[in-house]
Amino acid sequence: MCLAIPARVVELLPGMRAIVDLSGVRKDVSIDLVDDAQVGDYVIIHVGYAIGKIDPEEAARTLALFAELAQSEAQP
Amino acid sequence: MKYIDEFRDGDGARHIAANIAAEVRPDVTYNFMEFCGGHTHAISRYGIADMLPANVRMIHGPGCPVCVLPIGRVDLAIRLALEQGVMLCTYGDTMRVPASDSLSLIKAKARGADIRMVYSAADALKLAEQNPDREVVFFAIGFETTTPPTALVVRDAAARAVKNFSVLCCHVLTPSAITHILESAEVRQLGTVPIDGFIGPAHVSIIIGSQPYEHFAEEYRKPVVITGFEPLDVMQGILMLVRQVNAGRALVENEFSRVVTRGGNLAAQNLVSQVFELRESFEWRGLGEVPYSALKIRPAFAAWDAERKFDLHYASVPDHKQCECGAILRGVKRPQDCKLFGTVCTPESPMGSCMVSNEGACAAHYSYGRFRNISPTPPGPLAPPGAGEVNSHIWPTL
Repeated sequence: MCLAIPARVVELLPGMRAIVDLSGVRKDVSIDLVDDAQVGDYVIIHVGYAIGKIDPEEAARTLALFAELAQSEAQP
Repeated sequence: MKYIDEFRDGDGARHIAANIAAEVRPDVTYNFMEFCGGHTHAISRYGIADMLPANVRMIHGPGCPVCVLPIGRVDLAIRLALEQGVMLCTYGDTMRVPASDSLSLIKAKARGADIRMVYSAADALKLAEQNPDREVVFFAIGFETTTPPTALVVRDAAARAVKNFSVLCCHVLTPSAITHILESAEVRQLGTVPIDGFIGPAHVSIIIGSQPYEHFAEEYRKPVVITGFEPLDVMQGILMLVRQVNAGRALVENEFSRVVTRGGNLAAQNLVSQVFELRESFEWRGLGEVPYSALKIRPAFAAWDAERKFDLHYASVPDHKQCECGAILRGVKRPQDCKLFGTVCTPESPMGSCMVSNEGACAAHYSYGRFRNISPTPPGPLAPPGAGEVNSHIWPTL
Protein backbone atom coordinates (compact mmCIF):
# COMPACT_ATOMS: atom_id res chain seq x y z
CA MET A 1 0.00 0.00 0.00
CA CYS A 2 2.81 2.40 0.87
CA LEU A 3 4.52 1.37 -2.36
CA ALA A 4 6.49 4.22 -3.87
CA ILE A 5 9.27 4.38 -6.45
CA PRO A 6 12.06 6.80 -7.28
CA ALA A 7 11.76 8.52 -10.66
CA ARG A 8 13.62 11.38 -12.38
CA VAL A 9 11.87 14.66 -13.13
CA VAL A 10 12.30 15.41 -16.86
CA GLU A 11 9.86 18.27 -17.40
CA LEU A 12 7.96 20.73 -15.23
CA LEU A 13 4.37 21.41 -16.27
CA PRO A 14 1.96 24.18 -15.20
CA GLY A 15 -0.45 23.52 -12.31
CA MET A 16 2.13 21.88 -10.04
CA ARG A 17 2.59 18.89 -12.30
CA ALA A 18 5.67 17.28 -13.79
CA ILE A 19 6.65 14.50 -16.15
CA VAL A 20 8.86 11.87 -14.55
CA ASP A 21 10.89 9.17 -16.22
CA LEU A 22 11.22 5.70 -14.81
CA SER A 23 13.56 3.66 -16.98
CA GLY A 24 11.93 4.98 -20.13
CA VAL A 25 8.37 5.02 -18.81
CA ARG A 26 7.14 8.61 -18.69
CA LYS A 27 4.32 9.63 -16.41
CA ASP A 28 2.54 12.84 -15.52
CA VAL A 29 2.52 13.27 -11.71
CA SER A 30 1.55 15.91 -9.17
CA ILE A 31 4.35 17.85 -7.44
CA ASP A 32 1.98 19.67 -5.07
CA LEU A 33 3.70 18.03 -2.10
CA VAL A 34 7.29 18.64 -3.33
CA ASP A 35 6.98 22.12 -4.78
CA ASP A 36 10.72 22.73 -5.12
CA ALA A 37 11.28 19.76 -7.45
CA GLN A 38 13.52 20.66 -10.41
CA VAL A 39 14.35 18.92 -13.68
CA GLY A 40 16.98 16.25 -12.94
CA ASP A 41 15.85 15.65 -9.34
CA TYR A 42 14.81 12.16 -8.29
CA VAL A 43 11.47 12.15 -6.49
CA ILE A 44 9.59 9.36 -4.74
CA ILE A 45 6.25 8.70 -6.46
CA HIS A 46 3.25 7.33 -4.53
CA VAL A 47 -0.25 7.02 -6.11
CA GLY A 48 0.59 9.66 -8.71
CA TYR A 49 2.08 12.18 -6.28
CA ALA A 50 5.70 13.04 -5.58
CA ILE A 51 6.00 12.80 -1.79
CA GLY A 52 9.73 13.37 -1.25
CA LYS A 53 12.99 14.20 -2.96
CA ILE A 54 16.11 12.02 -2.93
CA ASP A 55 19.26 13.62 -1.54
CA PRO A 56 22.04 12.17 -3.76
CA GLU A 57 24.77 12.81 -1.16
CA GLU A 58 22.86 10.95 1.54
CA ALA A 59 22.23 8.07 -0.89
CA ALA A 60 25.98 7.81 -1.59
CA ARG A 61 26.68 7.89 2.15
CA THR A 62 24.23 5.01 2.76
CA LEU A 63 25.83 2.95 -0.03
CA ALA A 64 29.24 3.54 1.56
CA LEU A 65 27.80 2.41 4.89
CA PHE A 66 26.81 -0.93 3.34
CA ALA A 67 30.44 -1.59 2.42
CA GLU A 68 31.80 -0.97 5.92
CA LEU A 69 33.44 -3.79 7.83
CA ALA A 70 31.89 -5.36 10.90
CA GLN A 71 32.70 -3.36 14.03
CA SER A 72 34.73 -6.20 15.51
CA GLU A 73 36.89 -6.45 12.36
CA ALA A 74 37.22 -2.69 11.98
CA GLN A 75 38.71 -2.26 15.44
CA PRO A 76 42.43 -3.08 15.52
CA MET B 1 16.93 1.68 -12.20
CA LYS B 2 18.83 4.27 -10.25
CA TYR B 3 18.26 4.21 -6.48
CA ILE B 4 16.77 0.71 -6.79
CA ASP B 5 19.33 -1.65 -8.37
CA GLU B 6 22.23 -0.65 -6.16
CA PHE B 7 20.07 -1.30 -3.10
CA ARG B 8 19.31 -4.86 -4.27
CA ASP B 9 22.87 -6.02 -4.91
CA GLY B 10 23.40 -9.65 -3.84
CA ASP B 11 27.09 -9.29 -2.92
CA GLY B 12 26.26 -6.26 -0.82
CA ALA B 13 23.55 -8.22 0.99
CA ARG B 14 25.96 -11.08 1.73
CA HIS B 15 28.51 -8.59 3.06
CA ILE B 16 25.98 -7.05 5.47
CA ALA B 17 24.80 -10.56 6.46
CA ALA B 18 28.38 -11.44 7.35
CA ASN B 19 28.61 -8.28 9.46
CA ILE B 20 25.40 -9.18 11.30
CA ALA B 21 26.67 -12.73 11.90
CA ALA B 22 29.98 -11.36 13.22
CA GLU B 23 28.35 -8.88 15.57
CA VAL B 24 25.47 -10.80 17.15
CA ARG B 25 26.26 -12.22 20.56
CA PRO B 26 25.52 -15.94 20.77
CA ASP B 27 23.92 -15.61 24.23
CA VAL B 28 21.45 -12.88 23.18
CA THR B 29 18.15 -13.28 21.31
CA TYR B 30 17.26 -10.32 19.15
CA ASN B 31 13.53 -9.83 18.49
CA PHE B 32 12.80 -7.00 16.10
CA MET B 33 9.40 -5.91 14.84
CA GLU B 34 9.17 -4.54 11.33
CA PHE B 35 6.12 -2.33 11.55
CA CYS B 36 5.46 -1.90 7.83
CA GLY B 37 3.96 -4.35 5.39
CA GLY B 38 6.51 -3.09 2.85
CA HIS B 39 9.29 -4.45 5.07
CA THR B 40 7.41 -7.72 5.67
CA HIS B 41 7.15 -8.12 1.91
CA ALA B 42 10.86 -7.35 1.35
CA ILE B 43 11.94 -9.76 4.11
CA SER B 44 9.93 -12.59 2.52
CA ARG B 45 10.57 -11.77 -1.12
CA TYR B 46 14.34 -11.41 -0.87
CA GLY B 47 14.86 -14.27 1.58
CA ILE B 48 16.26 -11.95 4.24
CA ALA B 49 15.07 -14.22 7.06
CA ASP B 50 17.37 -16.95 5.67
CA MET B 51 20.38 -14.65 5.77
CA LEU B 52 20.01 -13.83 9.46
CA PRO B 53 21.56 -15.78 12.35
CA ALA B 54 19.12 -18.06 14.19
CA ASN B 55 18.99 -15.75 17.20
CA VAL B 56 17.75 -12.76 15.17
CA ARG B 57 13.99 -13.02 14.80
CA MET B 58 11.77 -10.71 12.81
CA ILE B 59 8.19 -10.18 14.06
CA HIS B 60 5.68 -8.87 11.53
CA GLY B 61 3.82 -5.76 12.67
CA PRO B 62 0.42 -4.30 11.81
CA GLY B 63 1.62 -1.77 9.22
CA CYS B 64 -0.43 -2.99 6.30
CA PRO B 65 -3.46 -0.70 5.89
CA VAL B 66 -5.47 -3.33 4.02
CA CYS B 67 -4.84 -5.87 6.79
CA VAL B 68 -5.97 -3.60 9.63
CA LEU B 69 -9.09 -2.37 7.84
CA PRO B 70 -11.99 -3.86 9.85
CA ILE B 71 -14.90 -5.65 8.18
CA GLY B 72 -17.37 -2.97 9.31
CA ARG B 73 -15.58 -0.31 7.27
CA VAL B 74 -15.63 -2.39 4.09
CA ASP B 75 -19.33 -3.07 4.77
CA LEU B 76 -19.99 0.69 4.78
CA ALA B 77 -18.36 1.01 1.35
CA ILE B 78 -20.18 -2.00 -0.07
CA ARG B 79 -23.57 -0.72 1.18
CA LEU B 80 -22.92 2.69 -0.33
CA ALA B 81 -22.32 1.06 -3.69
CA LEU B 82 -25.06 -1.58 -3.55
CA GLU B 83 -27.84 0.27 -1.72
CA GLN B 84 -27.22 3.95 -2.41
CA GLY B 85 -26.06 3.40 -5.98
CA VAL B 86 -22.96 5.56 -5.70
CA MET B 87 -19.93 5.16 -7.94
CA LEU B 88 -17.39 3.88 -5.43
CA CYS B 89 -13.72 4.46 -6.26
CA THR B 90 -10.94 2.72 -4.38
CA TYR B 91 -7.32 1.61 -4.57
CA GLY B 92 -6.96 -1.91 -5.96
CA ASP B 93 -5.67 -3.23 -2.63
CA THR B 94 -9.09 -3.07 -0.96
CA MET B 95 -11.04 -4.89 -3.68
CA ARG B 96 -10.68 -8.40 -2.26
CA VAL B 97 -10.87 -7.69 1.49
CA PRO B 98 -13.47 -10.11 2.89
CA ALA B 99 -16.54 -8.36 4.35
CA SER B 100 -19.90 -9.46 5.77
CA ASP B 101 -22.27 -11.84 3.94
CA SER B 102 -19.34 -13.45 2.06
CA LEU B 103 -19.00 -10.22 0.11
CA SER B 104 -16.02 -8.13 -0.89
CA LEU B 105 -15.90 -5.05 -3.10
CA ILE B 106 -15.04 -7.19 -6.11
CA LYS B 107 -17.97 -9.55 -5.41
CA ALA B 108 -20.28 -6.56 -4.94
CA LYS B 109 -19.07 -5.33 -8.34
CA ALA B 110 -20.00 -8.70 -9.81
CA ARG B 111 -23.49 -8.17 -8.36
CA GLY B 112 -23.77 -4.99 -10.34
CA ALA B 113 -22.42 -2.33 -7.97
CA ASP B 114 -20.49 0.44 -9.72
CA ILE B 115 -17.08 0.00 -8.12
CA ARG B 116 -14.03 1.47 -9.85
CA MET B 117 -10.42 0.68 -9.12
CA VAL B 118 -8.31 3.85 -9.34
CA TYR B 119 -4.56 4.42 -9.34
CA SER B 120 -4.79 7.81 -7.71
CA ALA B 121 -7.23 9.80 -5.57
CA ALA B 122 -7.12 12.42 -8.34
CA ASP B 123 -8.66 9.88 -10.75
CA ALA B 124 -11.67 9.57 -8.44
CA LEU B 125 -12.20 13.34 -8.45
CA LYS B 126 -11.86 13.34 -12.24
CA LEU B 127 -14.59 10.67 -12.49
CA ALA B 128 -16.86 12.88 -10.36
CA GLU B 129 -16.29 15.83 -12.69
CA GLN B 130 -16.97 13.67 -15.74
CA ASN B 131 -20.18 12.25 -14.21
CA PRO B 132 -21.96 15.24 -12.64
CA ASP B 133 -25.24 13.30 -12.41
CA ARG B 134 -23.68 10.56 -10.23
CA GLU B 135 -22.58 10.55 -6.60
CA VAL B 136 -18.91 9.54 -6.53
CA VAL B 137 -17.33 8.34 -3.26
CA PHE B 138 -13.61 7.73 -2.80
CA PHE B 139 -12.98 4.95 -0.27
CA ALA B 140 -9.72 6.26 1.20
CA ILE B 141 -7.49 3.95 3.18
CA GLY B 142 -3.83 4.05 4.10
CA PHE B 143 -1.23 5.30 6.53
CA GLU B 144 0.43 8.74 6.52
CA THR B 145 2.03 8.10 3.11
CA THR B 146 -1.36 7.94 1.40
CA THR B 147 -3.15 10.63 3.43
CA PRO B 148 -1.70 13.79 1.79
CA PRO B 149 -3.01 12.86 -1.71
CA THR B 150 -6.50 12.39 -0.18
CA ALA B 151 -6.18 15.77 1.55
CA LEU B 152 -5.30 17.34 -1.80
CA VAL B 153 -8.39 15.97 -3.57
CA VAL B 154 -10.68 17.09 -0.74
CA ARG B 155 -9.12 20.56 -0.94
CA ASP B 156 -9.43 20.58 -4.76
CA ALA B 157 -13.03 19.32 -4.68
CA ALA B 158 -13.90 22.15 -2.29
CA ALA B 159 -12.01 24.74 -4.37
CA ARG B 160 -13.71 23.62 -7.58
CA ALA B 161 -17.08 23.11 -5.82
CA VAL B 162 -17.46 19.52 -7.04
CA LYS B 163 -20.68 18.74 -5.16
CA ASN B 164 -21.14 15.10 -6.23
CA PHE B 165 -17.79 13.98 -4.76
CA SER B 166 -17.09 12.78 -1.20
CA VAL B 167 -14.52 10.73 0.71
CA LEU B 168 -15.08 7.80 3.08
CA CYS B 169 -12.01 8.42 5.20
CA CYS B 170 -10.30 5.41 6.81
CA HIS B 171 -6.81 6.88 7.13
CA VAL B 172 -4.89 5.59 10.14
CA LEU B 173 -1.83 6.74 12.08
CA THR B 174 1.41 4.85 12.62
CA PRO B 175 2.65 6.24 15.97
CA SER B 176 -0.59 5.43 17.80
CA ALA B 177 -0.47 1.84 16.53
CA ILE B 178 3.11 1.45 17.77
CA THR B 179 2.11 2.88 21.16
CA HIS B 180 -0.80 0.43 21.28
CA ILE B 181 1.53 -2.53 20.65
CA LEU B 182 4.03 -1.32 23.25
CA GLU B 183 1.22 -0.89 25.79
CA SER B 184 -0.38 -4.27 25.02
CA ALA B 185 -0.46 -7.00 27.65
CA GLU B 186 1.53 -9.34 25.39
CA VAL B 187 4.44 -6.94 25.34
CA ARG B 188 4.20 -5.31 28.79
CA GLN B 189 3.07 -8.04 31.18
CA LEU B 190 2.92 -11.46 29.55
CA GLY B 191 6.13 -11.10 27.61
CA THR B 192 4.73 -13.35 24.88
CA VAL B 193 5.81 -10.82 22.28
CA PRO B 194 9.33 -9.76 23.19
CA ILE B 195 10.36 -6.70 21.19
CA ASP B 196 13.95 -5.45 21.36
CA GLY B 197 13.63 -2.85 18.64
CA PHE B 198 11.71 -1.60 15.64
CA ILE B 199 12.46 -1.35 11.97
CA GLY B 200 10.74 2.01 11.46
CA PRO B 201 8.52 2.84 8.47
CA ALA B 202 10.10 3.99 5.22
CA HIS B 203 7.62 5.99 3.19
CA VAL B 204 5.43 6.97 6.15
CA SER B 205 8.53 8.61 7.61
CA ILE B 206 9.10 10.68 4.45
CA ILE B 207 5.89 12.48 5.45
CA ILE B 208 6.04 12.50 9.27
CA GLY B 209 9.85 12.55 9.71
CA SER B 210 11.89 10.68 12.29
CA GLN B 211 10.94 12.93 15.21
CA PRO B 212 7.63 11.17 16.16
CA TYR B 213 9.54 7.97 17.02
CA GLU B 214 11.83 9.65 19.55
CA HIS B 215 9.14 9.15 22.20
CA PHE B 216 9.27 5.34 21.78
CA ALA B 217 13.02 5.25 22.09
CA GLU B 218 13.00 7.39 25.23
CA GLU B 219 9.82 6.30 27.00
CA TYR B 220 9.90 2.57 26.22
CA ARG B 221 13.68 2.17 25.80
CA LYS B 222 13.25 0.57 22.36
CA PRO B 223 15.67 1.34 19.55
CA VAL B 224 14.07 2.40 16.26
CA VAL B 225 15.88 2.37 12.91
CA ILE B 226 13.98 3.99 10.03
CA THR B 227 14.79 1.84 7.04
CA GLY B 228 14.14 1.89 3.28
CA PHE B 229 12.12 -0.86 1.60
CA GLU B 230 14.97 -2.28 -0.52
CA PRO B 231 16.64 -5.47 0.76
CA LEU B 232 20.02 -3.90 1.52
CA ASP B 233 18.27 -1.14 3.45
CA VAL B 234 16.48 -3.74 5.56
CA MET B 235 19.70 -5.72 6.19
CA GLN B 236 21.55 -2.56 7.21
CA GLY B 237 18.63 -1.55 9.46
CA ILE B 238 18.82 -4.91 11.23
CA LEU B 239 22.60 -4.50 11.67
CA MET B 240 22.06 -1.04 13.17
CA LEU B 241 19.47 -2.48 15.60
CA VAL B 242 21.86 -5.29 16.60
CA ARG B 243 24.54 -2.67 17.32
CA GLN B 244 22.14 -0.60 19.46
CA VAL B 245 21.09 -3.67 21.47
CA ASN B 246 24.73 -4.71 21.96
CA ALA B 247 25.64 -1.23 23.18
CA GLY B 248 22.54 -0.94 25.39
CA ARG B 249 21.35 2.11 23.46
CA ALA B 250 17.78 3.04 22.53
CA LEU B 251 17.86 5.76 19.91
CA VAL B 252 16.09 6.70 16.73
CA GLU B 253 18.49 6.15 13.84
CA ASN B 254 17.77 6.89 10.20
CA GLU B 255 19.09 4.46 7.59
CA PHE B 256 16.74 5.97 4.97
CA SER B 257 18.40 9.38 5.15
CA ARG B 258 18.29 9.78 1.37
CA VAL B 259 14.64 10.87 1.70
CA VAL B 260 13.71 10.97 5.40
CA THR B 261 14.52 14.03 7.51
CA ARG B 262 13.80 14.66 11.18
CA GLY B 263 10.92 17.03 10.43
CA GLY B 264 9.45 15.23 7.42
CA ASN B 265 7.49 16.83 4.58
CA LEU B 266 6.06 19.97 6.19
CA ALA B 267 3.95 20.97 3.17
CA ALA B 268 2.22 17.58 3.32
CA GLN B 269 1.76 17.78 7.11
CA ASN B 270 0.18 21.26 6.87
CA LEU B 271 -2.19 20.15 4.18
CA VAL B 272 -3.26 17.06 6.14
CA SER B 273 -3.97 19.15 9.24
CA GLN B 274 -6.02 21.65 7.21
CA VAL B 275 -8.35 18.93 5.95
CA PHE B 276 -8.32 16.28 8.68
CA GLU B 277 -8.61 16.08 12.46
CA LEU B 278 -8.11 13.23 14.92
CA ARG B 279 -10.83 10.66 15.49
CA GLU B 280 -11.38 9.88 19.16
CA SER B 281 -11.23 6.18 18.45
CA PHE B 282 -11.00 3.85 15.47
CA GLU B 283 -11.30 0.09 15.27
CA TRP B 284 -8.32 -1.78 13.80
CA ARG B 285 -8.55 -5.38 12.78
CA GLY B 286 -6.40 -7.26 15.25
CA LEU B 287 -5.80 -4.35 17.62
CA GLY B 288 -9.42 -3.45 18.43
CA GLU B 289 -10.43 0.12 19.27
CA VAL B 290 -7.34 2.32 19.37
CA PRO B 291 -7.79 5.85 20.75
CA TYR B 292 -6.74 8.76 18.52
CA SER B 293 -5.38 6.41 15.89
CA ALA B 294 -7.16 7.66 12.78
CA LEU B 295 -8.29 10.78 10.97
CA LYS B 296 -11.65 12.22 9.99
CA ILE B 297 -12.58 15.10 7.75
CA ARG B 298 -12.86 18.50 9.47
CA PRO B 299 -16.33 20.11 9.74
CA ALA B 300 -15.24 22.84 7.29
CA PHE B 301 -15.15 20.14 4.60
CA ALA B 302 -18.30 18.31 5.81
CA ALA B 303 -19.89 18.51 2.36
CA TRP B 304 -17.15 16.20 1.06
CA ASP B 305 -17.30 13.75 3.98
CA ALA B 306 -19.22 10.63 2.89
CA GLU B 307 -19.94 9.66 6.51
CA ARG B 308 -21.88 12.90 7.06
CA LYS B 309 -23.32 13.12 3.57
CA PHE B 310 -24.84 9.63 3.63
CA ASP B 311 -25.36 9.48 7.42
CA LEU B 312 -23.16 6.39 7.80
CA HIS B 313 -22.77 4.71 11.17
CA TYR B 314 -19.96 2.28 11.83
CA ALA B 315 -20.85 -1.10 13.32
CA SER B 316 -18.16 -3.53 14.44
CA VAL B 317 -18.28 -7.01 12.86
CA PRO B 318 -16.29 -9.93 14.32
CA ASP B 319 -13.74 -11.74 12.15
CA HIS B 320 -14.10 -15.37 11.02
CA LYS B 321 -13.76 -17.50 14.16
CA GLN B 322 -10.77 -19.51 13.03
CA CYS B 323 -8.99 -16.63 11.33
CA GLU B 324 -5.82 -15.71 13.23
CA CYS B 325 -5.27 -12.36 11.49
CA GLY B 326 -5.78 -10.53 14.78
CA ALA B 327 -3.06 -12.45 16.62
CA ILE B 328 -0.77 -12.29 13.58
CA LEU B 329 -1.18 -8.50 13.35
CA ARG B 330 -0.17 -8.18 17.02
CA GLY B 331 2.90 -10.35 16.48
CA VAL B 332 1.52 -13.08 18.79
CA LYS B 333 1.21 -15.73 16.06
CA ARG B 334 2.87 -16.46 12.72
CA PRO B 335 0.96 -17.16 9.50
CA GLN B 336 1.81 -20.87 9.63
CA ASP B 337 0.21 -21.06 13.10
CA CYS B 338 -3.24 -20.43 11.56
CA LYS B 339 -5.37 -23.45 10.68
CA LEU B 340 -6.79 -21.71 7.63
CA PHE B 341 -3.37 -20.74 6.19
CA GLY B 342 -2.75 -22.28 2.80
CA THR B 343 -5.82 -24.52 2.98
CA VAL B 344 -9.05 -22.55 2.73
CA CYS B 345 -7.25 -19.21 2.94
CA THR B 346 -5.01 -18.46 -0.05
CA PRO B 347 -4.22 -15.27 -1.99
CA GLU B 348 -6.72 -16.41 -4.65
CA SER B 349 -9.55 -16.72 -2.12
CA PRO B 350 -8.55 -14.98 1.09
CA MET B 351 -10.51 -15.55 4.31
CA GLY B 352 -8.54 -13.07 6.36
CA SER B 353 -7.18 -9.65 5.49
CA CYS B 354 -3.50 -10.62 5.97
CA MET B 355 -3.84 -12.88 2.92
CA VAL B 356 -5.22 -10.08 0.73
CA SER B 357 -2.55 -7.46 0.25
CA ASN B 358 0.84 -8.72 -0.93
CA GLU B 359 2.23 -6.81 2.05
CA GLY B 360 0.18 -8.87 4.46
CA ALA B 361 2.19 -11.30 6.59
CA CYS B 362 0.18 -14.31 5.33
CA ALA B 363 0.33 -13.38 1.65
CA ALA B 364 4.07 -12.70 1.88
CA HIS B 365 4.70 -15.99 3.64
CA TYR B 366 2.44 -17.86 1.20
CA SER B 367 4.12 -16.37 -1.87
CA TYR B 368 7.74 -16.60 -0.83
CA GLY B 369 8.17 -18.54 2.37
CA ARG B 370 5.75 -21.43 2.71
CA PHE B 371 8.23 -24.02 1.42
CA ARG B 372 10.74 -22.92 4.04
CA ASN B 373 8.67 -24.86 6.57
CA ILE B 374 9.41 -28.10 4.76
CA SER B 375 12.72 -29.76 5.56
CA PRO B 376 14.26 -31.80 2.77
CA THR B 377 12.90 -35.35 2.84
CA PRO B 378 15.26 -38.34 2.76
CA PRO B 379 16.30 -39.43 -0.74
CA GLY B 380 14.03 -41.75 -2.69
CA PRO B 381 10.74 -40.95 -4.36
CA LEU B 382 8.77 -43.19 -2.02
CA ALA B 383 9.67 -41.59 1.27
CA PRO B 384 6.77 -42.36 3.61
CA PRO B 385 4.45 -39.54 4.58
CA GLY B 386 5.68 -37.82 7.67
CA ALA B 387 9.32 -38.70 6.97
CA GLY B 388 10.20 -35.06 6.65
CA GLU B 389 8.81 -32.20 8.60
CA VAL B 390 5.92 -31.58 6.29
CA ASN B 391 3.70 -28.66 7.10
CA SER B 392 0.27 -30.24 7.12
CA HIS B 393 -1.31 -26.81 6.70
CA ILE B 394 0.16 -26.54 3.25
CA TRP B 395 -0.06 -30.11 2.11
CA PRO B 396 -3.15 -31.47 3.84
CA THR B 397 -3.27 -34.51 1.57
CA LEU B 398 0.28 -35.69 2.23
